[in-house]
Amino acid sequence: MAARRRIVATPAAWLVWGAVIAFFIVLAGVISSVVVSSFGTRWFDTWLPAGWTTRWYGQSWEEFTLLPVLIVTLEVSALVVGLSLLIGVPAAYVLARRAFPGRQLLYLLFLLPILMPPITYGIPLATVLYKYGFAGNLSGVVLANLVPSVPFVILTMTPFIEQIDPAVERAARMCGASTRQVFVRILAPLLVPGILAASILVLVRTVGMFELTFLTAGPDSQTLVVALYYSMSAAGIRAQQSIDAMAVIYTSMMLILLVLALRFVNPTQLVARVREDGD
Amino acid sequence: MTAVVDTARPALRHRLAERGVDRQLLLLIPAALFVVTLFIYPFLYGLGLSFQPVKGGPLGAYREFFTDAYLRDTIATTLGLALPAALLNVLASVPIAYRMRGRFRGRRLLTTVLVVPITLGTVLTAQGLLNFLGPTGWFNRTLLSAGLVDAPVRLTNNYWGVFFSLIITGFPFAFLLVLSYLSGIDPSLERAAATLGAGPWQRFRRITLPLLAPGLATTFCLTFVLAFSVFPSAVLVGDPSGTTRVMSIAAYDAAYVRYDYPLASAVAVLMGLVELLVIAAVLGWRALLYTGSTAGGKG
Repeated sequence: MAARRRIVATPAAWLVWGAVIAFFIVLAGVISSVVVSSFGTRWFDTWLPAGWTTRWYGQSWEEFTLLPVLIVTLEVSALVVGLSLLIGVPAAYVLARRAFPGRQLLYLLFLLPILMPPITYGIPLATVLYKYGFAGNLSGVVLANLVPSVPFVILTMTPFIEQIDPAVERAARMCGASTRQVFVRILAPLLVPGILAASILVLVRTVGMFELTFLTAGPDSQTLVVALYYSMSAAGIRAQQSIDAMAVIYTSMMLILLVLALRFVNPTQLVARVREDGD
Repeated sequence: MTAVVDTARPALRHRLAERGVDRQLLLLIPAALFVVTLFIYPFLYGLGLSFQPVKGGPLGAYREFFTDAYLRDTIATTLGLALPAALLNVLASVPIAYRMRGRFRGRRLLTTVLVVPITLGTVLTAQGLLNFLGPTGWFNRTLLSAGLVDAPVRLTNNYWGVFFSLIITGFPFAFLLVLSYLSGIDPSLERAAATLGAGPWQRFRRITLPLLAPGLATTFCLTFVLAFSVFPSAVLVGDPSGTTRVMSIAAYDAAYVRYDYPLASAVAVLMGLVELLVIAAVLGWRALLYTGSTAGGKG
């Protein structure tokens, strides 16, 4: 790697760091104003709220019936992660290893759901799901969320599989291992980091996926984002602070998930395969 | 050896295997089946539905879209939000990522902090923007007490509110992608240019930028998709019936408020079409550029 860069900064560097700092200030302002508001009693035309309290958290827990919503969120995301891995990993393996006619076309097919805005395919998908009685309940939400998740698993896993030396597999085959055995005994253990990374990223995406869940969920199958959206767009019914409290709960949950994900995967390695020595 | 074997089945199998088709490809079937049933079929179904409006013949829904100014203008509104936001996100990421690719203390921390906004979620961002940039928020309060403005600046419930939320959610994503593409470029290429006497600007313009361009195009496309499909924040921090009435709001309106599924499908189809046109333009332009390896000579 290159030697240490110089410490004295050029005007361009000052400009860049200035922009980063400005972004962080706005970001900090946005986050802390919600956090402060969720702990404040009354906050009108002043710098800080009149007093401090934690009752909004208890109130939002009860008012929004947060426990069932959290359980639904958990069920949906666990199902989506499991199913998308089951469907996506074998496909990623074939796409990473093999050359066959129509490979490019298939790749494009898997790319399309990621390149399309969720609303564009979400509306026809919801219509079809309603037609066959899937929408309005948990299965519809899971099916809809699988649409971008499976391609996402395929695209994330492909580089991980390419990194494994095919000679290892060939050696196993020489010793008489079947395809299934190669998968279970050789590939799966080597792919654990990739599978963990993909599953946590799919988890984060599913918990945060608004549009598809919004279009297919019934009253008993809302995930946390959708419940939050409804509580905020139907303003005036609930205290703004209890929405703030719920948003804080949601974000801390997502943050924990993401920090967990970052322990397993270097985010910059997801797209381009870069070897970093040390770090 | 091949001359004697003339039963059809093994020969066909061998010929297929030679071209890379064998039983292992069966592993693709669940995924392919899945994409076809849950993505292609609904999409075609929606396309078919869009040609069956209640009145006005097969093209009635499309005609309604283009004659109704309230619907037609959503295209311009959406592009007016998504294009500048995606462009700014990508352009701002380049110099920042360029500074960050070396190794220095706190690099990992800084990357982590930049990733945090991905977890924020639209509602927290929306609430935060309303609280922070609103008329009585800290931002306007600071400006007022510093004497920079006389009346609060209106930054929420209009174009700017949505724009800021697109930056907050889109920038970390664009930055991560650009950073990963940048760290994939072999630094020795630039060092070679430096030995030949190229200055920092020349090195960036003639070496790094051309190698980075395909990555930038991809990043632009992905951030553009994110910004183009903006729905919740356009409702929550925007002005959903006026300046930020984007196509997704129009589509949702048609489907779930007016129950006009043909029109909703037509809007969704047009939305996909406009978006794919922009992506095709960007990728077409990218195809003119170098697309080879960025890892330098011997791998």
